[in-house]
Amino acid sequence: MKALDRKLLRDMKRLWAQSLAVAFVMAAGVATMLIGLGAYNSLSETRAAYYERSQFADVFAFAVRAPKSVSAEIRQIAGVGQVETRIVRPALLDIEGFDLPATGYFTSLPASGESSLNKLHLRSGRLPEPGSLREVAVSESFANAHKFKIGSRFGAILNGAKRRLTITAIVLSAEYIYALGPGDMMPDDRRFGIVWMREPALAAAFNLEGAFNNVSLRLLKGASAADVLQSLDRILQRYGGEGAYGREDQLSHAFLDAELQQLSAMSRIMPPVFLVVSAFLINMVLSRLISLEREQIGLFKAIGYSPASIAFHYAKLVLLISAMGVAIGFAAGTWLSYGLTLLYTKFFHFPYRIFVVSPRLYAIAGLVSVTAALIGSMRSVANAAALSPAIAMQAPAPPVYRRFWSGRIQPLNHVSQLTIMVLRHIFRWPLRSLLTTLGIAFSVALLVSSLFTVGSITYMIDVTFDRADRQDSTFTFGEARPAQALQEVARLPGVLSAEPFRIVVVNLSNGHYTKRVAISGKPAAMDLSRVLDLELRPVSLPKSGLALGDTLAAKLHLKRGDIVHVEILGRNRLEADVPVIDIIQSYIGLMAFMDIHALSQLLGESPSISGVHMLLDPAQSDRFFSKVKEQPTLAAMALQRISLAKFQETIAENINIQIAVYVGLASIIAFGVVYNSARIQFAERARELASLRVLGFTQFEVSRLLLLEFALLTLAAMPIGWALGYGLALALVEGFQSDLYRLPFIMLRSTYAYSALIVMAAVAVSALVVRRRANNLDLVSVLKTRD
Amino acid sequence: MAEAVFTARGLTKVYRSGEVEVHALRGADIDLYSGEVSVMLGPSGSGKSTLLNILGGLDRPTAGTVRFRDHELTNASERELTRYRREHVGFVFQFYNLIPSLTARENVSLVTEIATAPMKPEEALTLVGLGHRLDHFPSQLSGGEQQRVAIARAIAKRPDVLLCDEPTGALDSKIGVLVLEALDQVNQTLGTTTAIITHNASIQGMAHRVFNFGDGRITSTHVNETRVKPSEISW
Repeated sequence: MKALDRKLLRDMKRLWAQSLAVAFVMAAGVATMLIGLGAYNSLSETRAAYYERSQFADVFAFAVRAPKSVSAEIRQIAGVGQVETRIVRPALLDIEGFDLPATGYFTSLPASGESSLNKLHLRSGRLPEPGSLREVAVSESFANAHKFKIGSRFGAILNGAKRRLTITAIVLSAEYIYALGPGDMMPDDRRFGIVWMREPALAAAFNLEGAFNNVSLRLLKGASAADVLQSLDRILQRYGGEGAYGREDQLSHAFLDAELQQLSAMSRIMPPVFLVVSAFLINMVLSRLISLEREQIGLFKAIGYSPASIAFHYAKLVLLISAMGVAIGFAAGTWLSYGLTLLYTKFFHFPYRIFVVSPRLYAIAGLVSVTAALIGSMRSVANAAALSPAIAMQAPAPPVYRRFWSGRIQPLNHVSQLTIMVLRHIFRWPLRSLLTTLGIAFSVALLVSSLFTVGSITYMIDVTFDRADRQDSTFTFGEARPAQALQEVARLPGVLSAEPFRIVVVNLSNGHYTKRVAISGKPAAMDLSRVLDLELRPVSLPKSGLALGDTLAAKLHLKRGDIVHVEILGRNRLEADVPVIDIIQSYIGLMAFMDIHALSQLLGESPSISGVHMLLDPAQSDRFFSKVKEQPTLAAMALQRISLAKFQETIAENINIQIAVYVGLASIIAFGVVYNSARIQFAERARELASLRVLGFTQFEVSRLLLLEFALLTLAAMPIGWALGYGLALALVEGFQSDLYRLPFIMLRSTYAYSALIVMAAVAVSALVVRRRANNLDLVSVLKTRD
Repeated sequence: MAEAVFTARGLTKVYRSGEVEVHALRGADIDLYSGEVSVMLGPSGSGKSTLLNILGGLDRPTAGTVRFRDHELTNASERELTRYRREHVGFVFQFYNLIPSLTARENVSLVTEIATAPMKPEEALTLVGLGHRLDHFPSQLSGGEQQRVAIARAIAKRPDVLLCDEPTGALDSKIGVLVLEALDQVNQTLGTTTAIITHNASIQGMAHRVFNFGDGRITSTHVNETRVKPSEISW
C-alpha cells in the first residue's frame, strides 16, 4: 500500500466518529430514496403483474338492465379486445356473532368455468359449482375478519329474500386490491366483503335473467380509451348506463394510484434535504482536516507530489466516507423499503409481492449521494491542491477578529467577555455559522413537514365528521326509491332523525375540462350531512344551481357564477347548463351538491331518494341493527362513527410509524451537524479553552462557551427551519393531493414547538458528547505547543 | 527572611508517555519566598516546567508534598485546583495564549470579571506599558506586546504568585527585555511573588534567588546580593 493511502486509512480511523456522523446523514438520504422509490417500484410492479395475470379490465360500466345480446354489439366497438358482462349488486349481510350489518358486494361468475376478465386468484377451496344457488366465493380479507373457512355459512338479503350462503372458495381479486365499503373512509373488512356467485343464481335473485348490469372491457393495444368510453356510453344509454369509466376512476386502482403518487412525492422531496446537508458536512469536516494538515500538504508538495495527487488523496477520503454512507443507506433503505412494502400489503390485497431490488435504483441513489459529497468537498480539495508548499509549511496567520461596528458603539459593555468571545466567533466565520444554522434548520424543517400531518388530519376529521357529516349511519338503497321511503327508515327503532339524499352520476364539463362525478342531492333543511362553505359555515342550497367542492372547481376551472355543463349518465341521459352557485370545502373526493328537489327536476322525475342519513339512539342500537338486517330494500349501510374509529386507529398507527421515522431522521441530521461542528470548534479552540481553564474558569464556565454558541445557532435555526418546514409541508400537501382526498394544510403552533424541542434535544445530546472532551482537556500539553 | 509562599518536599513526577516512563521530577525540594523574583534555570527536560505546573495547580505530583501558604495542594481536587488558580495564581506562557477573539482590554477583563479584588484592565495594561493599545486584537499586536498583554492578564487579579514559563522564549532580546521590565515593574509595584522559568542564563541577574535544575532535581541555589536591572540584560 502506498504511504499516502496508509495515511488515508489512519485519518479515517482518527476521524471515525465524525465520518460516521456524516455517513449517517448521507445514509438517510440514500435510504429515503430507496424507501420511496423502492416501495413505489415494488408496488407498481406487483400491481402491473397482478393486473396482467388476472386480465384486469381497462374499462368498466354499470347499467340498470341490459340484455345479454348487447354484449355482441359492445364487442364490435373499435379497440375492444375482450368483453365480460356481469351482475354486480350490493346487499346486506347477516353474519352470526356479528351484530352490525355488513355489506356484501355481490358479483357474478360465468354460469360455468372462470371469468375471462378480472380473474379471481384462488387462495383456498374451489369456485362455486355451476348451477349452485348457495355456493359463494368470498374475498380473503373479509373471510379473515370473520374467521370464515371453506364451508362456513352466512346470511344475505338478496333483493328482499334472505338466503344462507356457503363459502366454497376464498379468493383475491385485482378489482379489489383496496376494498372500501360504500360510505366508508377506511377499509373495514368486518363490514364489507366481496361475494362471488354463479350468474344464474344472482340473475334469479335480482330478476336479471338474460341480462346484465355491469360490463368490463379489456382494450387492444393502442386503442383510444376515450373513444371506447364514448361508444360504450352510447350503447348502454338505452339500458340506463351510468357512464363508462376507465381504470383511473376505478376505486381500488385510484386508491393505489394515490398511494403511489404519495410515495413518489416523498422520494422527490425528502432525499435532496439529506444530500444538501451531507454535502455541507463533508465540506466542513474536510476543510478542517485540510487546515490541520497544511504543513503535511506543504511537505508532500516539497518532496514532489503533484497537486492532482494531493487533490485525489483528499477526494479518496470523501469517497471512503461516501462509501460508508451509501452502504449504510443501502442496508437501511432495503430493510425499510421492504418493511414499507409489507405495511402496504396490509392495506392492499395482493396475492404475491414483487419486491423489486432494481440495481439501477441502487446505482442512482449511490451515484447521486457520492456526487453530492464530492461537490461538497470540491472547494476544500481545490484549496489543498492549490496551497503553495512554502506557505503551507508556515503556521497559518492568526485569525483576525473585528469589534462590532468597529468599536464606535459599545453595545456589549454589560456583556461578559465569554459572551463576546462567542459572538465574535460566530461572526468571524459567518459562512460556517450560517451553514451550521441551516443544517439545524433542515432537521427542524423535516420535523415540521412530518408532524404537521397530525394537525391536518385532526382538522380534516373535525371538519368531515363533526361539522359536515354528523350522521351515525347511512343507508343506501339498491336503486333509487320514491321519497316516501324516508318514512320507512325514520320509523325504524332507534332512529332519532333521518335525512334523505339522492346520488346521480354525471359528467361535468367546462370547455375541454371534464370530470365524471356524483352529484349529491340534499334537502334544504339539512342538519345531519351538511354542506360547508370555505369558512366552514353551513350552506343552504338554493332552488337551483350546483355547489362544487373547491378541488373539483379547481379541476374544472370554475368559479362561483360560472355555468357548468351537466350530462346525466343515467337512464335518460339528459344534458343541461347549470350555474355554479357556491364553492364549498371538500377534503374527500370530488364533491358536487344540489338541492334534492332541483336535482329531481333536472332529472325530470318525481322526487326520489338514493338513501338516508340517520342519527341513532345508542341505547337502541341492538334493536336497530337486528331490524335493519331484515330490511329487504337496503343494499348497503355505512356506519360513520365506526368508520371514523377505524380511520383514526389506522391513521394513528401509520402516523406513529411515520413520526418515529422522521424523528430519527431529523435527529441524525441535527446530531450530524452539531457533533461535527462542535468537534471542529473544539479542536480549533482547545488552546483558548485551556487558557480559560488556567485562568481559573471552571469546567462548567468553559463548556458553557461551546454550548452557548450552539444554543445561539440553534435558536437562530428555529425560524428558518419553521419557514423551510412550512414550504416542505406545502410541497407535500400538493404532492399528495389526488381526486380521492386532499390533506388540508393546517400548521399548528404545537407543530413548531414539538419540532423545536426534538431538535433542541438532539443538539443538546451532541453538544454534551463534545462537552465531555472539554472537561478532559489536557491543559499542559495544549498550552505548551504552538498552534 | 521573608515568609515561604511555596514549600515543596520530595516532589516526584512520573509521566507515562506511550510505553515509556518519564521521570520529570525525582524528589525536588524547593521554597519560594514572598515578594521575591525567582529564576529557575536548566536545560529542557530538567523538570522546571513540571515543577511550575505543580506549583500552579495545573498538575499533581506523583509523590511528595507541596503547600501554598496554608493550602495543601498535593491531593487537591480538580475543583479546588480551579479555585486555587482563580484566586491566587497568574500564569504567563511562552506562546502567550491570548484569546484571539478578544481585544487586549477584553483579554484582561476576562480575568478581572471573575476575580475578587482586581485592578482595572486599563491599569494592568498601563503597568506593562500598553496603555495605548487597549482596543487592539492579538492579531494586531507584536509578539512582545502580546506577551505583555498576557502578563497584564496574569497580574490584573493581583495574584499572590506569578508563574512564567519561558516568557521571553519566543522573543528577541530587545523585545524580551521589555517583557522582563514589565515583570520587574509588577514585582516592585505589587510585590507579587514571581517565578520565571528560562534556559536563558543571562536573565538570572534580575532574580532575588536562582535555582539550577538538572535531571529532575534542584542541583544548586544561590541568592543574588545585587540584582541587575532588566534593561541591562541582553542575549
